[in-house]
Amino acid sequence: MVAVLEDRLDLVIQQVGSTILGKERAIRLALSCLLARGHLLIEDLPGMGKTTLAHALARCLGLHYQRIQFTSDLLPADILGAAVYERQRETFVFHPGPIFAQLILADEINRATPKTQSALLEAMEEGQVTIEGETRKLPAPFFVIATQNPAYQIGTFPLPESQLDRFLMRIELGYPDAQAERALLEGEDRREILARLPVCMTPAQLHELQGRLTGVHVAPPLLDYVQALLAFSRQTSRFRGGLSPRAGLGLLRAARAWALLHRRGHVLPEDVQAVLPAVVGHRLHPSDDHLEQSSATLVGQLLGAVAVPA
Amino acid sequence: MRWSWKNRSRRTKPAKPPEAPLSSLALAWLLAALVLAAAPHAVELPVWLSALFAVVAGWRGFIALRGLSLPPRGLLLALALLAGAGVLIDYRTLFGRDAGVALMVAMAACKLLETGGLRDGVVLVFLGYLLVMSNLLYSQEILMVAYLFAAVLVMLAAQALIHRPHSGLRGWAPLRLAGGMVLQAIPVMLVLFILFPRIPGPLWGLPKDAYKGRTGLSDEMMPGTVSELVRSDTVAFRARFAAATPPPNQRYWRGPVLWRFDGRRWSRHEELPANTPTPFVAEGAAVDYSVILEPSNRRWLFALDLPASLPPRAGMTASFQLLRDQPINEVYRYEMRSYPHYRTGELTAAERFRGLQLPARGDPRARALAAQWRERMTRPEDRVGAALALFREQAFYYTLTPPLLGPDSVDDFLFRTRQGFCEHYASAFVFLMRAAGVPARVVTGYQGGETNDLGGYFIVRQSDAHAWAEVWLAERGWARVDPTAAVAPGRVREGLYAALADPGLLPFLARGGGGEYEWLRQLALSWDSLNNSWNEWALAYGPDRQKEFLSGLGFGPVDWAEMTVAMTVALGGFGLLAVVWRWGQRGARDPVARAWQRFCARLARRGLARGAHEGPLDFTERVAASRPELAAPVREIGRLYALLRYGPTGSPADVRQLRRRVGQFRL
Repeated sequence: MVAVLEDRLDLVIQQVGSTILGKERAIRLALSCLLARGHLLIEDLPGMGKTTLAHALARCLGLHYQRIQFTSDLLPADILGAAVYERQRETFVFHPGPIFAQLILADEINRATPKTQSALLEAMEEGQVTIEGETRKLPAPFFVIATQNPAYQIGTFPLPESQLDRFLMRIELGYPDAQAERALLEGEDRREILARLPVCMTPAQLHELQGRLTGVHVAPPLLDYVQALLAFSRQTSRFRGGLSPRAGLGLLRAARAWALLHRRGHVLPEDVQAVLPAVVGHRLHPSDDHLEQSSATLVGQLLGAVAVPA
Repeated sequence: MRWSWKNRSRRTKPAKPPEAPLSSLALAWLLAALVLAAAPHAVELPVWLSALFAVVAGWRGFIALRGLSLPPRGLLLALALLAGAGVLIDYRTLFGRDAGVALMVAMAACKLLETGGLRDGVVLVFLGYLLVMSNLLYSQEILMVAYLFAAVLVMLAAQALIHRPHSGLRGWAPLRLAGGMVLQAIPVMLVLFILFPRIPGPLWGLPKDAYKGRTGLSDEMMPGTVSELVRSDTVAFRARFAAATPPPNQRYWRGPVLWRFDGRRWSRHEELPANTPTPFVAEGAAVDYSVILEPSNRRWLFALDLPASLPPRAGMTASFQLLRDQPINEVYRYEMRSYPHYRTGELTAAERFRGLQLPARGDPRARALAAQWRERMTRPEDRVGAALALFREQAFYYTLTPPLLGPDSVDDFLFRTRQGFCEHYASAFVFLMRAAGVPARVVTGYQGGETNDLGGYFIVRQSDAHAWAEVWLAERGWARVDPTAAVAPGRVREGLYAALADPGLLPFLARGGGGEYEWLRQLALSWDSLNNSWNEWALAYGPDRQKEFLSGLGFGPVDWAEMTVAMTVALGGFGLLAVVWRWGQRGARDPVARAWQRFCARLARRGLARGAHEGPLDFTERVAASRPELAAPVREIGRLYALLRYGPTGSPADVRQLRRRVGQFRL
């Protein structure tokens, strides 16, 4: 049974990979994020396949999918839903908003006002929403993929650092390489491929896999390594503020998911290193002396500076 | 199993900038260290240069604080040229100790304004160490050395921060690190100090001006030379007697002997020192003692009348003066033996001629008086007595501030002013004796001194400087006569302070015990005792002292080759100790880690070193990619190690398997 379930993960990666070509690493990260019950932020230019990735994941995992296009006039009620008066029944009836889905694509999240953003982010954190005094549970699993466009910041409300922290990972898709791009250009319409994608897993199976995460062994030397990473991020003068304990927990969870995805019963330093850029990239900020350095450079320095205990 | 390593290799490596900028923390420490290193120089540097250094240090700090950019090159060049020109104008040279130090401080200031990166920082650190050392050219006192130790500590802390910008050292941590390093270095320092073969004389030549400005006796005597000198309470030398301290009237420390008189100035006659003690007949017991001489930039050594032994590298003139082969520019310790009661031999014709020399003209009244004595008294002893009686019975005063003397200085002093210090009395007495036909000479040196009960040694200060006379008498040879004692008997018995008519002019420490502020005096003496130990054991540790110390440890006579061997063995021992300690640390680790390290070390020797941040599987995959023929065993070792290290349970069978595979692994 165990093998079967994890075979299905490979199947998911393969199927989604046939839609988003040449982005296996991003797909694996997104899947690890999902397994670790975290939310994902994709930061990239338009047209890089953010929506397609979210849609394909939802389809292969058999999740109920909703896409919310964020605009500056979007109100919290547009996401959460609202109670509407029904004349026939002479009562208010709650019309759930698009958030009541298992996988939500929050497109261009930085276009909405902070009020609307925080409505979504609170729902992400709590797993439930409270509307008109009534608390409603969100479906499980509940997974948000938010996208934001880093290039055009005019008329946007960039997510503050405290909100960024709620995303377990932030990834970039980037341009496909030449070979993948050729296949993309030669292939058929993505929408048709999406429609044909098989469902590889049930939500219940996904839930079981998420539960197995705690069974992935973490040895003391690995904790030493994670602590060394955290300590270095706090001591060095390169970063403005080090990694929080929440970041540390997230890092370990994501590394476990990555190990599980690679069918390993224990976490290796390599697993931590694989998820580290996605997990801490949006949580580290260069200090005033190192403002010109990109977050990728900073994380590279963090990785390079901390030795793996032998 | 399926791995997706091919994407992993694309991880962005941090792009190394051409030169890492100094962190503001490192810069702050560096600034503090440089200011500490340069601060003692403020005493002798021109004011403008000290101010320039302070302003530049402040400016550089401000730049770092506000994140401003460094001043343009042109400005720096102009500043450097201006500072160099300023030094040239101030000292009229760029060479020598003072100008050299000034130039170094100026250039350090300019370099500070240029310092942005690691390389500049390192250059400044070394400049800073040089600045620290240059302070020793001015003072080697214990306080200065302690201060310089502190400066070195701060410099080390700055250096640590410069070299390890991301070490995360905050607060006092860099200082603690530096302290640890210094503590580890102390055994090495002691071994080098004790065993490094000492050579006579300075290790390297120092510019001539390095020794200027030292107070002390001169080889000429004029009215006023000694009375100027005694206003200083600087220590001239310290002595330690093997047995009891001799009584005050035997504490005549012999220095330059002056023969030649030109009517105003007494000067030396060039005498070649012999390398055997000048013979004389000793009467009574010897006094054994050691002298710890302060630097004087003069060749002469002081000894009690009359010296009967020769320190190494020293010679003795016919007039019993000790001379070393090189000027004393370091604290110098030597052992001496003297006989307070003696009879010297016959007078040579040359000595008689020199001992009766007088200027051709001048001082007619003194000559007339002497001629009278010569006529009236046949025995030279009586003429000596007559002169002393003159001083005793007439109204002569012993004073630090005698009136000025006219061209006939001896007449003027004897018959008009009658106020003088010891040089006046010695000069007039020898003049009278020569005019009366008794060979005589002036001896300068120190008389008296005080015992420091705390250290059990004897302190002689510049304020104990003295001049007395020696006359040659047929039965006794050269006999000491102190005309000052005839005027002021207390000078010899109780010291200068008690004997002077105007003692208020003397410095505090030269005033002797029992007065006001006795506690302050005691404090000063305790401090002097500490300084004396420092002098005896650290500064005076020259070639002779080294030999003495090592043979005192029971090694017998040791030559420099043996010392070099001993030093190498000791240093090698320390190195070995460190290696063994590290080995012990290593051995304490578990067998899995040891096997893995052996494996990694073996690969590293073939140019396949594991990066510090490389995980086991990443590493073995990389090795497998570059050496496909090793892929299978390497991957298996990597898998086993990863499992044992990070897996839930490590079975002993797996451990054995890993060790066996590592043991069988061949490149």
